[in-house]
Amino acid sequence: MRDADRVFPNLDGTADAGLAAARRRGDWDGTRALVRRGREAIQGTIRDSGLRGRGGAGFSTGLKWSFMPKEPAPGRPHYLIVNADESEPGTCKDREILRHEPHKLIEGTLLAGVGISAHTAYIYVRGEFEAERRCLEAAIAECYAAGLLGPDACGSGHDFDIHVHRGAGAYICGEETGLIESLEGKKGFPRLKPPFPASAGLWGYPTTVNNVETIAAVPAILRRGAPWFGGIGRPQNTGTKLFCLSGHVERPCTVEAEMGIPLRELIEQYGGGVHGGWDNLLAVIPGGSSTKVLPASACDNLQMDFDGLREAGSALGTAGVIVMDRTTDIVAAIARLSHFYWHESCGQCTPCREGTGWVSRIMDRFVAGEAAPSDLDTLESVCAQIEGHTICALGDAAAWPVQGLLTHFRDELEQRVAGSSRILAA
Amino acid sequence: MTGGADLFPGPDRDEAERILGRYPQEHRQSAVLPLLDLAQRRHGGWLPAALVDAVGDYLGMPSMRVRELVTFYSMFHDRPVGRYLVQVCRTTPCWLRGSDEVLAAARQELGIAPGETTPDGDFTLIEVECLGACADAPVVQINDDFHERLDGGQMRAWIHAHRGPKEG
Repeated sequence: MRDADRVFPNLDGTADAGLAAARRRGDWDGTRALVRRGREAIQGTIRDSGLRGRGGAGFSTGLKWSFMPKEPAPGRPHYLIVNADESEPGTCKDREILRHEPHKLIEGTLLAGVGISAHTAYIYVRGEFEAERRCLEAAIAECYAAGLLGPDACGSGHDFDIHVHRGAGAYICGEETGLIESLEGKKGFPRLKPPFPASAGLWGYPTTVNNVETIAAVPAILRRGAPWFGGIGRPQNTGTKLFCLSGHVERPCTVEAEMGIPLRELIEQYGGGVHGGWDNLLAVIPGGSSTKVLPASACDNLQMDFDGLREAGSALGTAGVIVMDRTTDIVAAIARLSHFYWHESCGQCTPCREGTGWVSRIMDRFVAGEAAPSDLDTLESVCAQIEGHTICALGDAAAWPVQGLLTHFRDELEQRVAGSSRILAA
Repeated sequence: MTGGADLFPGPDRDEAERILGRYPQEHRQSAVLPLLDLAQRRHGGWLPAALVDAVGDYLGMPSMRVRELVTFYSMFHDRPVGRYLVQVCRTTPCWLRGSDEVLAAARQELGIAPGETTPDGDFTLIEVECLGACADAPVVQINDDFHERLDGGQMRAWIHAHRGPKEG
C-alpha cells in the first residue's frame, strides 16, 4: 500500500507517542473545524466511507451511530465507550494504538463523541495493559493541558471529557454489554438485547460502544474524506486495516495493510514468510481465535477482508492471523483455544458454561490419544448445542474453532481415538 | 463513606477520590474495580475478605456484590501471592512459540507448580490465558510488566536476578 494512505504511521513505535510528535504526524490539525461540521456531517462521512467495526463483528460504524437518539433528552446524557479490552487470542493491534498512537484514539474519541452527541467517553482498557494505560492517560493529560479536551474542547464549543477505566481480567468484558455491566461495577454478564445500548446502555442511557481501531481511524477519514477511505479495498470491505501476525512466521508483527490483501502477500511481505517457506504451511486461523481454522489448501488465494474470508468459510474477525506450520499439532492448538473459552465463559448461560467444559475435556482426550470412538460425535453434538443458544457470541466463538477442526482436520482427530491403528507417536 | 480514611490513608485517599470523580455521584459503584485494584496493590497483591468488605462499605455496596467480583475477575486474588506474580501465557499464539519451554523453565527454577508460591514468599507462578501481545509471543507478565519474546534461558535468568539475597 502507499505510505500516504497509512492511518497509523507510528504503529511500530519508532517515533514518540506524545502530543508534539503526534501533531507532526498530522493529529489534532484543524480539529475544531472537524468538530464544527457537526453530528450529521460526521455521521454521514463515516457512513459513506464504508467503515465497519474493527472489533470483530464488522458492523457499519455510521449505521451504529445513527441508532443513537438525535439529541439527548433532558436528563438522559449520551455516552461513548471505547472498547480497549483487547483479549481475543491472536489479537494485539489496539495495544499498539494505545501505546504508540494514543492521540489518534483520543482525537477520534472526541470526533465520534460529537457524531453521537455525547459529552463524556469512557475508554475501557483491559487491566493487564498497565503500561498501555499509562501511555493513554499521559496523552489524555496532555490534551487537557492543551485545551483539546474539557470545556470547549479545541475551542469548538463542544464540552468533552474522556475517562480511562481499567478492567480486571475477563475476556467477556470485550462483549459490548458485558463491558457496560463491568463499567457499572458488576460482573461482566452480557445483557439480553433488545434493548440495545443505543437506547439503554451505560446506566440506562443511550450508549455507543466502538473498538479502539475503529475510533482511531475516524480523524483520518474526516480529514481525507469518505471517497479516499472507500477507495481502498473493495465495496463493503473498505479502508486500511491492522493485521496481527502471530505463530509460525519469521517476523511476527502488527501491520497496517489495505483491506483485502492476499494472505500470502501479508505473511511474506510483512511477516517474513512462514517458517520453512509457504509450502510448510499447515493452517491459518485468519481473524482471531473465534474464527474457523483454514487449511493451507484454502490459503493460496485468500483475500483478507470480510467477504473474502466469509466466502472461504471463516471470518475476518479482529484480523488476528495465527499461522501454523507443518510441525504443529493442530489438535493441541485448537484444544488450547477450547480451554481458553472454558476459562473465559462467564457462566451465565448453561449451554456455554457446561458446554465449553465438555468441549475442552473431550479435546484434551484427543490430544492425549485417549478419545473414545463416540467422542467425535459428542464433540459435534455439544458444539451444535452451544452455538446459537447463548445470550452472547462467546458460545458461538467457542464452537467455531472446533467446528473448523472437524471440517478440515477430521482425520487428525480420528487418529487420536484410543486404540486407533493409525495413532501417531506423540 | 465511613472508613474511607482507614481504607485509603494518606495519598491513596486522593487517588481514591480521583477514581470516584470519573463517575457520576449516583453511580459510585462504577469505581469498584479500580478501587479493589488500588486496595490490592496496597495490601501485598491480594484481597482478604475484610478488605473486600471495606471497599464495599466505602461504596455502599452489599458485601456479596463485591466479593463476587473478586472471584469473577482474574486479576483479583483472594489468597496471598508472592512478591513477584509470574504469569505465563498459555494460549495458542504463545504456545506456538514456546510457552511450554518458558513454563518448564520457571517451574524448574522455582521448584513449584503453577498455582503455588515459593516457601520464601517471593514468587507465585500461574498460567494465564491470552495477554493480548500475541505478535511478541511468548509473553510472561510479572506484576505490571510484560516480558516478551522469552525463551527458557531468559526466564531462568530473570528469576536468578530477582531472588532474595539469601539465594544470592
